Amino acid sequence: MDIQIRKVQKHFGDFTALDGVDLDIASGELIALLGPSGSGKTTLLRVIAGLEFQDHGQILFGGEDVADRAVRERRIGFVFQNYALFRHLSVFENVAFGLRVRKRSERPGESLIRERVLALLDLVQLGGLERRFPAQLSGGQRQRVALARALAIEPRVLLLDEPFGALDARVRKDLRQWLRELHRKTGYTTIFVTHDQEEALELADRVVIMNRGAIEQIGSVDEVYEQPTTPFVFDFLGGTNILPIELRDRRALLGGTEIAGLRDSIRPNGPADLYVRPGDLRLTEGHLPGFEVQVQGVQRTGPIVRVVATYDAARDPLVIELPHLHHDVPRFKPGARLRLRLMQFSVYPRHEPRPPRAPVTQPVLIGRERKRERLG
Amino acid sequence: MRNSLIVVALLFLSSFLLLPLIAVFTEAFRNGIQTYVQALSDPDAQAAIRLTLIAAGIAVPLNLVFGVCAAWAVTKFEFRGKSLLVSLIDLPFSVSPVIAGLIYVLVFGAQGWLGPWLDAQGIKIIFAIPGIVLATLFVTVPFIARELIPLMQEQGTEHEQAALTLGANGWQTFWHVTLPNIRWGLLYGVLLCNARAMGEFGAVSVVSGHIRGLTNTMPLHVEILYNEYQFSAAFAVASLLAGLALVTLGLKSWLEWRHGESLAATRRY
Repeated sequence: MDIQIRKVQKHFGDFTALDGVDLDIASGELIALLGPSGSGKTTLLRVIAGLEFQDHGQILFGGEDVADRAVRERRIGFVFQNYALFRHLSVFENVAFGLRVRKRSERPGESLIRERVLALLDLVQLGGLERRFPAQLSGGQRQRVALARALAIEPRVLLLDEPFGALDARVRKDLRQWLRELHRKTGYTTIFVTHDQEEALELADRVVIMNRGAIEQIGSVDEVYEQPTTPFVFDFLGGTNILPIELRDRRALLGGTEIAGLRDSIRPNGPADLYVRPGDLRLTEGHLPGFEVQVQGVQRTGPIVRVVATYDAARDPLVIELPHLHHDVPRFKPGARLRLRLMQFSVYPRHEPRPPRAPVTQPVLIGRERKRERLG
Repeated sequence: MRNSLIVVALLFLSSFLLLPLIAVFTEAFRNGIQTYVQALSDPDAQAAIRLTLIAAGIAVPLNLVFGVCAAWAVTKFEFRGKSLLVSLIDLPFSVSPVIAGLIYVLVFGAQGWLGPWLDAQGIKIIFAIPGIVLATLFVTVPFIARELIPLMQEQGTEHEQAALTLGANGWQTFWHVTLPNIRWGLLYGVLLCNARAMGEFGAVSVVSGHIRGLTNTMPLHVEILYNEYQFSAAFAVASLLAGLALVTLGLKSWLEWRHGESLAATRRY
């Protein structure tokens, strides 16, 4: 079912948790609410669920305003961060709970309940474990019980709060794949909250990036990663180097030296910040275009080699990430003077205040810079 | 160091707790089992036992309901005056039971605020069973609520919210989710509440009037017998109370051993 969120505001005392959120979710979509803690993502999820009520604005389920619908009437499947399984009930009874509490006239018969519960447990790959108690399950299994329990009531929308937050890294990876697959099979409109950008990018059809109670950017995985509209989004989605530059006639100057050219600059001349990811930088030797940096340290982390380098107009050292098989890697020794090239980057106005309430109107991104901009 | 600490603790406990307990039972049986049985089958003793059971039988269920309601309200909702409610629940712990008894005499007694009116209606509270029940209720109010509040605070509201999202109504949520979560803490609170209800002396003493066979509870009966130099009889009745304490202690230890985890939050008593 499709969901519309219109100008939703929510305050807790003086704290503004949601500051005029607008969001349209299409039926069957898998959406990630991504943001740091305190960004309002969980509050938004709980307002949709009816576990909290908005101060202003509307939530529409399939066009119907659900403002005066209590949580038990909304028919939402909610999976809590710590699963909130009923400890005193078996796996079977946990999943059956939503069916058993129905009014007598709507309650399915015992054999039907049994059939439904076992089918759901098969769906979440927990067949045969129905007699266990939550304490006898692993974290990943508990998570799937919570999911089966939520699906048992045939929810109109599935809401997951940090679904993988309490799991270790490997289980998390497996479950992500599995959840994606489950979504493909069942087609429930699904919204999940996460602070893990990798999780959001891997799992979701669309990602909603939130900051200080407002939406910073909504878009497909490619859009938010390749065309971040605000410095916040750029920063949040991965490692970031910030270079204080001067814009002059579509040229980016760093300490008076031209380091890059911009193709379609809509930015006025003057100071600006250039954002570039560690993986979008290249180190070379000799007199190729670029600007000179000095290697400070080299660190191998798995398949990635991380080089920390300083440059003269420095504020902070730059971080450069390269694949460990790169043929030049053995020459990157501390103290070496090398040339740095920018492969792609984004430019934002300097010291842009990050206003929590500014609706994202005009993208701040400059045209096509991030499409393989060359030096010169 | 460790051994000397243990020895000190053991010496202290045995001289102040174990020794008196042994003394109670020795004294009770000093004149033989016959005197013991006789003392307990005395009509006045029987009446005292009955009255104690009645008082506890009313006070404990009422406090059970109140305690659960209060703990539920305090832990699952935010409202004005919450801290006042919590302090009020603690009041009986901080007020001397004698004062509690006196308050009831002042309010309901013959010279009290409501005394004349109650008298005209033919309702007798002070020096009668209702007064004893009220006094018992007063001193036992905190036990169950105090037991549940930390437990329910620790458990939070997520389970209840989960039940609501699954379509359960308030009553179903309480019955199928909250109650099972708190059952051991609740039982523990009931045990303590019951022990106190049966053992209360001060507050009950003030409102009872000490009418033999009518308004004497077991602790009051023990005192009367003792004052009349019927030591064996006094200790015989006392041994029943002591026995109750031992059973309570035993059950409590068993509960702790069996359900240590869910009780961990309530170890404060």
